[in-house]
Amino acid sequence: MGAVEITKDRIEQIEAGHKVLAEFRYDPPQVEQGYAGQTLYVNVSDNVISARPVDEGMKNTFVGGRGFDLWLLWNAVTGDTKWDSPGNEVVIAAGPMGGITQYPGTGKSIAVTISPLTGTVVDSNVGGYFGPLLKFAGFDAIEVQGIAEEEVIVLVDGNDGLVQILTAPEESVNSHLLSEEMVALFAQKPQEKQGVSSVSAGVGAEHTRVGCLNFSFYDPRRQAVRLKQAGRGGIGTVLRKKRVKALVVKYVGLKGDSNHPADLLTIQETGAKMHREIYERDPIMFEMRKDGTNHLTKIMNDYDILPVHNFRYGAHPEAEKIYSPHFQEYFEYSAPDGCWYGCTLACAKFATGLELRSGPYKGQTVTVDGPEYETVAGIGANCGIWDAHAVLEANFYCDTYGIDTISFATAMAFAMECYEEGILNREVTGGLELNFGNADAMLEALHHMGRGEGFGVIIGQGIRRMKQLFAEEYGANAQFLQDIGMEAKGLEYSEYVTKESLAQQGGYGLANKGPQHDEAWLIFMDAVNNQIPTFEDKAEALHYFPMWRTWFGLNGLCKLPWNDVEPADNRTRYSGIDAARVPEHVQNYVEIFRAVTGREDVQSSEDLIHMSEIVYNFQRLFNLKMGFGTREHDAIPYRSVGPVTDVEYESRAERYDGQLREHVGLDPGAMTTQEKRLALRRFREEQYEKLIDAVYRRRGWDENGIPTLETVRTLGIDFPDVVELIENHTNG
Amino acid sequence: MKVLVTNEELCIGCHLCEDVCSQAWYKEMNRAKSSIRITSLGNAEWGMAVCAQCGECIDICPTNALYRDKSGVVRLNKKECVGCLSCVGFCPTSTMYYHEDYVEPIKCISCGLCTKECPTGAITIEVLSG
Repeated sequence: MGAVEITKDRIEQIEAGHKVLAEFRYDPPQVEQGYAGQTLYVNVSDNVISARPVDEGMKNTFVGGRGFDLWLLWNAVTGDTKWDSPGNEVVIAAGPMGGITQYPGTGKSIAVTISPLTGTVVDSNVGGYFGPLLKFAGFDAIEVQGIAEEEVIVLVDGNDGLVQILTAPEESVNSHLLSEEMVALFAQKPQEKQGVSSVSAGVGAEHTRVGCLNFSFYDPRRQAVRLKQAGRGGIGTVLRKKRVKALVVKYVGLKGDSNHPADLLTIQETGAKMHREIYERDPIMFEMRKDGTNHLTKIMNDYDILPVHNFRYGAHPEAEKIYSPHFQEYFEYSAPDGCWYGCTLACAKFATGLELRSGPYKGQTVTVDGPEYETVAGIGANCGIWDAHAVLEANFYCDTYGIDTISFATAMAFAMECYEEGILNREVTGGLELNFGNADAMLEALHHMGRGEGFGVIIGQGIRRMKQLFAEEYGANAQFLQDIGMEAKGLEYSEYVTKESLAQQGGYGLANKGPQHDEAWLIFMDAVNNQIPTFEDKAEALHYFPMWRTWFGLNGLCKLPWNDVEPADNRTRYSGIDAARVPEHVQNYVEIFRAVTGREDVQSSEDLIHMSEIVYNFQRLFNLKMGFGTREHDAIPYRSVGPVTDVEYESRAERYDGQLREHVGLDPGAMTTQEKRLALRRFREEQYEKLIDAVYRRRGWDENGIPTLETVRTLGIDFPDVVELIENHTNG
Repeated sequence: MKVLVTNEELCIGCHLCEDVCSQAWYKEMNRAKSSIRITSLGNAEWGMAVCAQCGECIDICPTNALYRDKSGVVRLNKKECVGCLSCVGFCPTSTMYYHEDYVEPIKCISCGLCTKECPTGAITIEVLSG
């Protein structure tokens, strides 16, 4: 069933191109209580490889995962480092809980870099086997710095204790081929295939700023390599800039106690309980095992939250065409779908029999993981493409080209609106008719990104750069572009309409890396259930939930098993915002963290939140170090706040008129649509500023959004360079 | 397919089956390591829980460590097992077990040793077709 067969001749051809540029031998350490105790530094400019110790201070302050990534990157770059500077790094780590097999969702890796989209630090989390296997191979994190003179791969062999930088002139670049080649090359026998995982991008990552990383895992039942994506922020673009085709780890010999936890029994008990809960509850809750995250598309359309036509609207009559049943016919259900061992929530889906109708692999029948909700909502609804096959085909090509489906979709939807508004035309697009719903044009623009030619390459630079270009070159109204361009901090929005949820406007606008929903998802709590009515309530939610969700990234965990399934008594034992926190699951995490690390000082959920506050504030200050991280960079486009155009206003006129009456004290009957729209805008924009004030206060930041000296001292991150940074920005 | 068949009405709660199971497979008289479990239901009634060899665990295993052998018994290849315990949580009859001394789960393989020790015939081994 494997989609790609790598022949013996092909392997020999690839091997013939290998030349060892650098080699580093080490004694693989035994992982103890979740930590290997060292990180791996690789410089592909100078061909230097070394191991760096992890001390207790680093563990206690930064925990692991995203925390380790940020600390290593902070020490590697200056405020002047750009995404394409040799000094920039791609840093990848799991975390102390990463790699346990007994609890669902424990195989995540977290990648960070200086982003080509935002110019500052970005983080992205991803499944697949790389992070855990890297740890068991002996390293809590890997830093890749420099720019190689020729194409290379970096191999970490945790069984032999060997790290190599190898020339790689013959390997494929596109990930669906490259990842299979890496398994064929480095698994000496079939049983070793699950022990090989690679990180790669693709040709699209080279030609755009929206490159993603593909993390692989071998599926023994389907006999195929599968790919999960660290999508956000262009990390794949940075990897290809470094001329790294792949990072490869090999570790054969995983067992249920490879993490050497302090207390295996607690992990077994908690894990077995959670597996049972999923067995009993998932079929009557969200059916993640059957549909994956795309079960959300129907819910979002029902609640007017599904982005349609570049976030103009929240629902569409044709949305049913991209609901789960239309993808189920492609899914193959014969085997477990977890992206790490023991994930019984199993939201990864394996689509087979996809016959490609476009691009370099046209006519081939391929497999692809997914699609995730974000991909369906973005490429489908937001671009008005009500065609499951087209969504899957774009998903396949985005993955193998190394392109983030979210930035791709949101940037495409922006370009489509610009086309329909007459800002772009066929002459400018080179013949592409970028109307909403034109699947062929969408796919062709994607292939432009793969080939590095055509208008698609401009779309691939992201919305912030398109806005500038369209205003400067095509005379577009810069304010209109600012209003409809769904980016903040330079990153494209993920796929939720936030117009009716002030809290979620903040959830996106205040997110450290830019508007991604992994920090906070408060729309139901805020706009549907009205559980956080005041600014203080919203600010509290915008403290707790981003901190809580950050914690997953410190530990190599997936967020989904926290609240995409709930204990049977969750809504009877708890109500409102308390139920939304899923206290029993939070307690599971407290216990497992302690059981892995042996840290007896961690006793409650507050202790977990405290870990996140340290790293979260450090990341905010990292933004400041890179020239961002202040109030002006928390601004958001008006399309995310309210109706930009009269047509949008009229589409939900009853709702908006009611708000003008109730909240603003105006009589909409006496006003034109434009007058009403502008009055609503003034009101909503003021609300957003008040929200920001409340959140800054709750987080211990000054009114410009900078953590105060008192805050960093309380958190224990008052390092001399941090204090100097804050003083430079607050005294001047 | 060889499978253990229980008759709870005959069980007297002597736990001999549990002892012989753990002794045979883990060289230790420890009921927490048995793959058959006897629980008191009160009023001198006993519940007997043992694997029915239904094989649903085979599908949930991420490493193909669980398989059906030639005689139809579902067996665990411990070398391939990574101890995720997915099979424990997804067992329809909750008759896969675990113990902190081992990373792999505890699985009945219908060896029948317990049937020989049972003084009342409450547990027997049968060969079912298919």
